[in-house]
Amino acid sequence: MANTILSVREITKDYPGVRAIDHLSFDVEEGEIHALIGENGAGKSTLIKTLSGAITPTSGTIIVNGKEFSEMTPKLAKEQGIGVIYQEFTLVPGISAAENVFLGEKTSKGIFVNIKERERRAKELFDGMHVEIDVSKPVRDLSPACQQIVEIAKAVSKDVKILIMDEPTAPLTVSEVDTLFRVVRDLKKKGVTIIYISHRLEELFEIADRVTVMRDGAYVGTEKIEDIDRKKLIAMMAGRELKESYPSRKAQIGEEVLRVEDLCGNGDRDISFALHRGEILGFAGLVGAGRTELMRVIYGADPMESGKIYIHGKEVHIKCCGDAIHAGIGYIPEDRKAHGVFLPMTIKWNTVINNLKAFSNGLFVDTKKENKAAEEYQEKFRIKTPSLEQRVRNLSGGNQQKVVLAKTLAANSEIVIFDEPTRGIDVGAKQEIYKLMNELAESGKSILMVSSDMPELLGMSDRVIVIYEGEKIGEVAKEEFDQNYILDLASGGKENGTNEKNMD
Amino acid sequence: MEQTKKTWIDYYKKFGIYIFLAVVFVFFAIFAPNFLSSNNVINILRQVSMFGIVVVGVSAVMIGGGMDLSVGGQMAVVGMILGYLMVNLNLGIVPAILIGILTGCIFGSLNGILAIKLHMAPIIVTLSMMLVLQGVAYLITGGYPITGMPEGFTRIGQGYIGIIPVPVIIFLLFVVFGWIVMNKTYLGRHIYALGGNKEAARLAGINVDKLTIFIYAFTGFAASIAAVIMVGRTNASQPGAGSSYPFDCMTAACLGGISISGGEGKISGVVVGVIILGILDNGLVLMGVNSNFQSVVKGLILLIAVAIDCYQGGKKKRIK
Repeated sequence: MANTILSVREITKDYPGVRAIDHLSFDVEEGEIHALIGENGAGKSTLIKTLSGAITPTSGTIIVNGKEFSEMTPKLAKEQGIGVIYQEFTLVPGISAAENVFLGEKTSKGIFVNIKERERRAKELFDGMHVEIDVSKPVRDLSPACQQIVEIAKAVSKDVKILIMDEPTAPLTVSEVDTLFRVVRDLKKKGVTIIYISHRLEELFEIADRVTVMRDGAYVGTEKIEDIDRKKLIAMMAGRELKESYPSRKAQIGEEVLRVEDLCGNGDRDISFALHRGEILGFAGLVGAGRTELMRVIYGADPMESGKIYIHGKEVHIKCCGDAIHAGIGYIPEDRKAHGVFLPMTIKWNTVINNLKAFSNGLFVDTKKENKAAEEYQEKFRIKTPSLEQRVRNLSGGNQQKVVLAKTLAANSEIVIFDEPTRGIDVGAKQEIYKLMNELAESGKSILMVSSDMPELLGMSDRVIVIYEGEKIGEVAKEEFDQNYILDLASGGKENGTNEKNMD
Repeated sequence: MEQTKKTWIDYYKKFGIYIFLAVVFVFFAIFAPNFLSSNNVINILRQVSMFGIVVVGVSAVMIGGGMDLSVGGQMAVVGMILGYLMVNLNLGIVPAILIGILTGCIFGSLNGILAIKLHMAPIIVTLSMMLVLQGVAYLITGGYPITGMPEGFTRIGQGYIGIIPVPVIIFLLFVVFGWIVMNKTYLGRHIYALGGNKEAARLAGINVDKLTIFIYAFTGFAASIAAVIMVGRTNASQPGAGSSYPFDCMTAACLGGISISGGEGKISGVVVGVIILGILDNGLVLMGVNSNFQSVVKGLILLIAVAIDCYQGGKKKRIK
């Protein structure tokens, strides 16, 4: 058994209303490639941030090289040789690879930068990794894989002992992944310990030595990669009891309301599905699989390249959000504060903004109609506020979401798209939102729901469509709902959940 | 229910500008000779009327999240066109005015179209437009002013109805018009939505491109009306007219509570901002303060107004 280089002991991180990490402990051995996996929102990113010093854990300790820390700071992490490569690159696009590698470092005496010297040293680094990169080229002209390698070189040049990589392969093509893996294995040979986070389970079998699974912020288990297969991993990731209860509904599922045929655009390809009256159709998938993108195309927020959309059997041409609203589609966006509501404006103002012409006589806004609508929806959705003149900024998350809902329905939507309907909303308000969704379905509205919360998806949907890398990979009816199966599909497993490689 | 605590900033937002107006007024009433004479008060109103019309237009653009530095250039060119049509081509007053206003609207729309189609920052589009139009104004006659407007036309700038100068009446009508557009019509609400959060506005089904062009056209409309008054009042088309407008307008708008980042501000506040600047200009002249010092005062006022706006913006972000 090798030395333990890093151990996390009982780390907990609380955010208001949620526990992102719950008494998590695990060990990383020196010189291994240790994979860290878990569903969307399992707490992986939060964990990395505690290790890099970006955030302070609520309790627990981190032991690096035998030294115990109750919290990390970016400076401490650097001193201890911890380097992180985030999903979003931190390179400066306009300057050369060599300049990026040594960014912020003093490589020569005096106030002048010796570019030749930097380029020579950068070239040495890349040669050591056995990769060819033109060190004098601006990094924006390099491929994503090369940029990734520049990021690695930047970390290595600072003498990292532990390199944390967050979804390093997400932007890469298959052949680029091979190059990256070669570099990673090389680093391992040189004694660097790697913590590797990925959604692509197949990769782990190629690169990782051990894998730790997280679920809902807690530690599930650590296994040697040769002792485990894809199926077991999925079971570990998903295996939670569905203990939360979801309100039941008595909606009659009726005729087809919306049909999408071979939709392409915004990164999605050939997606077809139908939605019925009174139905809640869930969309499962990993973050970045293209679900939100799909919804935005249907809502006209992003352009559709090809495909057809039918509403009540009639083809509609949606070129902008106004067209979608006109066709009876409403959209409750993922980022409520940035896209859903106008925070400085009042509840009343927000309620009518999506369909203001309907609340106007000619050019003039009819304040009577406006008041009536605002009161109606306040009552219907139980928006808690002393007055309809209250600014939305001053409402709680749950009540803000209700305002978004009011705003969408005041525009006469028949089809409501919910993108992560309960993100950032506390438990009590969640139940309220679920009840409202049920009431909508019961009153004959139809709902498309994107959710990364698996219990919510299974608890609320009548049917679930699984999207993987921009394609519809499966469709599951309520009777066949199974966490393992859906998660397997969402992480790239073929129809019946095998662990065959699915990289191309 | 969370209630945000009222701070002095909230009170400043609500009443600050009126207090400021009162302070300035009282100050000059005491220290500037003849400041309170009825002649002088009407004089102030007449001085600000043309300027105020443009500020209302600029405020609409700023509420919509944009900026327009080209208003001065637009006024100069429209002024030259008016003179050229009426004096050189002997065109009637009404058609000349209509063509002038149409030209202003076209210049404004052009700003909007360029900003949208080329994804350019409004400040650059309108800065370029300002330079182009200032040049064009000189090119029309080779730099000479056009004088000798028809008699009826000069009344627009110089005439009175009762004791009230015509420009003041046009100003008041325009303020009412602007207030109705911004507060009573759905267009106005859409403009606030656009300036407050462009993406949310788009998702709310607002055609943000069309709306942006409309707002800039509205500003061009305001600038051209001001040009009509300007030419009528001085009985001359001056190619160099309006050159101080872009920044004076922003000063008045910011002073009146228009947020530089858009989505906030009221037409009523803007009018007060305009009057404060008018009083400052007038009062400082009456006190015999030299014009360079006046510029220093205006600059400081703009700085303070924007600083308070930004201070509040920063605070909101921190709360979030």
